Amino acid sequence: MARCRPVVSRRSVRAVTSVARMRVVVTVAAGVLAGACTREGKPEPPRREAASALPPSAAPRASAVLDAEDGQWTMPMKSYNGIRYSQLAQITAANVKDLRPAWTFSTSVLRGHEEPPIVANNTMYVLTPFPNILYALDLDGNKKWQYEPNPQAEAQGVACCDVVNRGPSFADGKIVFNTLDNHVVAVDAASGKEVWKTKVGDINIGETMTMAPLVVNGKVLVGNSGGEMGVRGWLKALDLASGRVLWTAYSTGPDSDVKIGARFKAFYPKDRGKDLGVNTWQGEQWKIGGGNVWGWVTYDPAANLVYYGTANPGPWNPDQRPGDNKWTSTLFARDPNTGEAVWAYQLSPHDLHDYDGVNESVLIDVPWKGQTRKALIRADRNGYVYLIDRTTGEVLSAEPFVYITTSRRVNVSNGSLEYVPGKKPQIGEVVREICPASPGGKDWQPSSFSPRTGLLYIPHQNLCEDEEGVEANYIAGTPYVGMNVRMYAGPGGHRGELTAWDPVAARPAWTINEKFPVWSGTVVTAGDVVFYGTMDGWFKAVDARTGAPLWQYRTGSGIIGQPVTYRGPDGKQYVAVVSGVGGWAGAIVAGGLDPRDSTAALGFAAAMKDLPDATQKGGTLYVFSLP
Amino acid sequence: MRTTPTAPRPAVRRLAFGIGTIALLATLAACNREQRRFRESPPSTSPSAVRVSALQPGTVQDTAHAPGPYDDVAYHVSEGQRLFGWYNCAGCHANGGGGMGPPLMDEKWIYGSAPEQIFNTIVQGRPNGMPSFAGKIPTPQVWELVAYVRSLSAQNSTGARSARSDHMMMYPGSGSLQDATTPVKSFHPPAAEMP
Repeated sequence: MARCRPVVSRRSVRAVTSVARMRVVVTVAAGVLAGACTREGKPEPPRREAASALPPSAAPRASAVLDAEDGQWTMPMKSYNGIRYSQLAQITAANVKDLRPAWTFSTSVLRGHEEPPIVANNTMYVLTPFPNILYALDLDGNKKWQYEPNPQAEAQGVACCDVVNRGPSFADGKIVFNTLDNHVVAVDAASGKEVWKTKVGDINIGETMTMAPLVVNGKVLVGNSGGEMGVRGWLKALDLASGRVLWTAYSTGPDSDVKIGARFKAFYPKDRGKDLGVNTWQGEQWKIGGGNVWGWVTYDPAANLVYYGTANPGPWNPDQRPGDNKWTSTLFARDPNTGEAVWAYQLSPHDLHDYDGVNESVLIDVPWKGQTRKALIRADRNGYVYLIDRTTGEVLSAEPFVYITTSRRVNVSNGSLEYVPGKKPQIGEVVREICPASPGGKDWQPSSFSPRTGLLYIPHQNLCEDEEGVEANYIAGTPYVGMNVRMYAGPGGHRGELTAWDPVAARPAWTINEKFPVWSGTVVTAGDVVFYGTMDGWFKAVDARTGAPLWQYRTGSGIIGQPVTYRGPDGKQYVAVVSGVGGWAGAIVAGGLDPRDSTAALGFAAAMKDLPDATQKGGTLYVFSLP
Repeated sequence: MRTTPTAPRPAVRRLAFGIGTIALLATLAACNREQRRFRESPPSTSPSAVRVSALQPGTVQDTAHAPGPYDDVAYHVSEGQRLFGWYNCAGCHANGGGGMGPPLMDEKWIYGSAPEQIFNTIVQGRPNGMPSFAGKIPTPQVWELVAYVRSLSAQNSTGARSARSDHMMMYPGSGSLQDATTPVKSFHPPAAEMP
């Protein structure tokens, strides 16, 4: 009997538990208060106040090289410089209020639709998330053909953040795209017949592909995903004609694998040295160290260089990978013909919070201290908008565009990101108020730039998080993270923003707050209208100069896709976007997650508890025009 | 009233014996919670002929599922929790709320919630992403995982469930794990800092 008093002991255990619960409540409250006090006591990381309007037109402003406007949208970024700017100007700030749907098309897929429709030769191409169906439509919505690559269903089990795809590209009469199960496919744009299909990765080590290929000089540039699965990142070039792999540049490993050679010249001493892709790791951790290439690649034809960033190191738990972990969370400039690295700059050395460096580098020219600099501008996950000289890799400015607690500043003289020591996650300890949260100030969702206003239109989040390190085990083909995370809204309580950023002044011109993270891309036109979508399904147009709301339309599901605009065969300007909630931010709806567990979806579900009340899943293409 | 003070009647004796036996059995059952065999004789290998569909053409032959060997043993549930992290189950299913994989703490079960169904799901894998762990995890450990997975949706006895992790939950006590009575939908998340 002495051993067996289960009823009594259960009661007392329960009583203790409820006391403990209360104590936790008190501790949390005290923690929040203490956090607030500490912040007031020490200098806060600067948060820029939005100015009311643009600088006067006489003020120097950024510009970009424009190709002749063909009225098409042949690659997700529209142009190599990644500005997502259309010179079409029929739809203006004055008449956009009359915009209405012209036709719609169901994709038959229920997961997150991050892709843009592509328009080439009077045909629209829509690529769905897994199972990666490619539709070719006439510009009145009639289906010409569909192509199904039938990817392995098991690939869904190693896709970290919904089974998304960020779009196909049109080049030389072919549509090229990546499948979730690591095939690069080229399909004849006219007939829908497969031209070639090359397997470049392996789901059994956790590899998937979600990024949009960039076609440069007859080469298809593609990269892998898998930073949450201990996958070693790479960028590959495939021959557009044959599908043969021409070169592979890894993000970690010896210089020969990373393609660092005689032409390589890093601007900052911290990024110089031999085999840093091995020496900044312990043992052979670089082989499972991440640095994936799942974001955007931009191209400067004059310099013949491509620019792209690498993703987070694996595992997230930083205690398990001492060192700078090069070349993860790094910006690379490479020669697309050979793959050789020309310069590199590690944005977040020994990344602590999953701050991937994959966001788009938009190529613009900026008046800077009396000179015009060929620059790239990027709103990074770590919370700073970097303006970088794209010929050398020198950081011209790096200013916060969101609330930051994890670092003090970027020191532009030596390129270092100065971390706040108390915000490093620890094993078995909860570190609170980490801002920005793991998806960063901004995630993959691409910005746009208007040479008319000189502003960069950045869609992004306003999220913070708590983190608790746990030990991660490497088992090939399973997650390699080692972090319990829960996210919540940042200062102000809203979770998303659209920020119009002035690259010259390095500050916002205006900001729009949104309830949910702005997980869609943006597009800006010569009619001075910016289009973007919200996760509760609104497709919105705002004034590119002032941010004033001009028009909105409620679509069937949350929008996380990339809007585009084109000229139809009737000479009219159309605007198109795919609606269909999901992605990491929308996984709670697309995957039916249970937010009672705050750590669901790597902590994102906690911040999106109310999204299931705001939208349903389902992919639909919407095409809008003036009457 | 005549009595026999020397000895109770046989029927009474039998009743007393019966009560004693029931009490002992009940006690032993309660003690299963703490049961721990140091020399584990592994539960029989994979269950055979487990139905994943309740729809049976013609006469319904059977509907019952065998109980899991460790469902109500706190030690094994707690070991299951450890292994759930160890084998990276938590990487996809989080702490029950799901992520890359579906949630395990709600009432929706694609391939069945019975112990032998969950066992088979772990061992065989499932075509839309669940890896097959056949030959990778020893059978007794799979049963421990089964016991823990069932505890996430409160399918085993309260007494056997393992520790919670309130410190990472949005609202301690309400948004916590293993509390199937917590409403699924709730409120706006708090802001990091008041405006």
